[in-house]
Amino acid sequence: MIPTELAGLSLNPVTDFEAMTEFPFMVNALWAGTIVAVLAGAIGWFMVLRRQTFAGHSLAMIAFPGAAAAALAGLPLAVGFFGACGLGALGLATVSRPGGAGSGAAAESAAIGTLQALALGLGFLFVNLYNGQLANLESLLFGTFLGITTGQVQTLLWVAVAALLVLAAIGRPLLFASLDGEVARAVGVPTRLLGAAFLLLLGLAVAATAQITGALLVFALLVTPAATAQQLTARPGLGLALSVLLALLVTWVGLTIAYFSPYPVGFWVTTFAFGLYVVVRVGAEAARRWAPRAGTATVGAGVV
Amino acid sequence: MLAHEFMRNAFLAGTFVALACGLVGYFVVLRAQVFAGDALSHVAFTGALAAAAAGVDVRLGLLVATLGVAAGMGALGRRARPDDVVIGSVFAWILGLGALFLSIFIAGSSGSDGTAAVRVLFGSILGLSAGEAWLAAAIAVAACLALLVLARPLLLSSLDPEVARGLGVPVRALGVAFLLVLGVVAAEATQAVGALLLLGLLAAPGGAARLLTDRPWHGLALSAAIAVGSTWAGLALSYEIESLPASTAIIGVASAAFVLAGARSALAAAAPRPSSIEA
Repeated sequence: MIPTELAGLSLNPVTDFEAMTEFPFMVNALWAGTIVAVLAGAIGWFMVLRRQTFAGHSLAMIAFPGAAAAALAGLPLAVGFFGACGLGALGLATVSRPGGAGSGAAAESAAIGTLQALALGLGFLFVNLYNGQLANLESLLFGTFLGITTGQVQTLLWVAVAALLVLAAIGRPLLFASLDGEVARAVGVPTRLLGAAFLLLLGLAVAATAQITGALLVFALLVTPAATAQQLTARPGLGLALSVLLALLVTWVGLTIAYFSPYPVGFWVTTFAFGLYVVVRVGAEAARRWAPRAGTATVGAGVV
Repeated sequence: MLAHEFMRNAFLAGTFVALACGLVGYFVVLRAQVFAGDALSHVAFTGALAAAAAGVDVRLGLLVATLGVAAGMGALGRRARPDDVVIGSVFAWILGLGALFLSIFIAGSSGSDGTAAVRVLFGSILGLSAGEAWLAAAIAVAACLALLVLARPLLLSSLDPEVARGLGVPVRALGVAFLLVLGVVAAEATQAVGALLLLGLLAAPGGAARLLTDRPWHGLALSAAIAVGSTWAGLALSYEIESLPASTAIIGVASAAFVLAGARSALAAAAPRPSSIEA
């Protein structure tokens, strides 16, 4: 299933880059991808650390009907993505209890499963009401790099800058609260408030990422690079940088190959992200076997 | 409404698929395997589109993919801790593969639109032929029968695996058998409500039944009844309202049932004492 030829690829990096950036839409796509990768890499690192991947998954599912409703109402897609994810994050913050999986976990996962299916069903309804623009449905679900406007890039930039500033401001206490919630609470860190603020940031990151990768493939940038980085290093600063770097790499390579190949960008981005993860994971297992020191690296072991 | 042949086919297939979903879904919720259902729905999508891209019958791709993954999950068993980060990474990639097969399929079908993708993602219960509807109903009935045969030991091993093992119940084999039944039902439900929504038809009736009663047999029956009722109501609604897709209507009614069950149990818990649900 690997494409045998990549149309127009000359294997000369300079001419290839020039060919690719000849079109404004591709320049926009590269800018948008870069912004999204930085945002998703940083916030994804905290999400993986806090074990909130299921929350991220739910938010991504909520993004789809939001975008479809925006398309139906004639609003810019970004409004739908950010609006739905913001509301969804607020909803999750009010529902989620500190402690997470405990009593009633089965009922809670049933509720989340139902919510996801309902969100996707509503999205399908809106797309249907929009009169079945199939290309639209596909790009909402699986992402596209076509038709990203300069205005969209600017919106993404402002949202990303704001989100990263907030993350930088709450980063240290958030890290503390994520690593050891009990101690943090005892010391007087407002863990609940921090958790809510982080969910809101996560909602923003999901909404931004969904505009490139589509609602179904958000995890490719949000989870996989962060999980890979946490396999490689236990140090928070280095891990965050690595996560951002990996997300950037995967996005650029994915966008480039998608440009020269007939296959969708979502496939390439998920494949490279997953491939890197597998390689690193296998490498880490092998290293552990070669040097059997007690204990595995956990994030923040040297911090607290 | 039933004068139309496509509505009769939809009711025939929908009733039995929903029955199977309700029965299996109750166990899914009871065994806290909603994540497994989620996984199977992703796999169902990729399997069906891979079959479509290869020019094979979509149902074959569905069954092979869901049964293969169900067997794999069963083989890994409980020792392999279900790490949500790993699951997230793997399933993002599986969906990405689905997107690849989708584009191959659309490119291969010479400019025709990708209705196959919509059928797989969101179901096509109103588009079944009589033969397809009968086949879907027959497979669903077989899955129900298999589940009813397993039900008693499966209940015991879901509720208290230690005791079950002590009594000589083959807990592990039962778990694998259950996953295989779940795989068949997921493949069937994909045809009715689509790969993305089948999780709702598994989780909502089971979750609602679990909230409404502690008694397992009542819960099982209730879950099946809610699933079938949601399907009927959803089909009728989408027949009456032109622009409402059948799968959205079915999931909408099932979700409403879940919300009502949640409200009722919250009221019940608030009134006498807050210990009635956790038993």
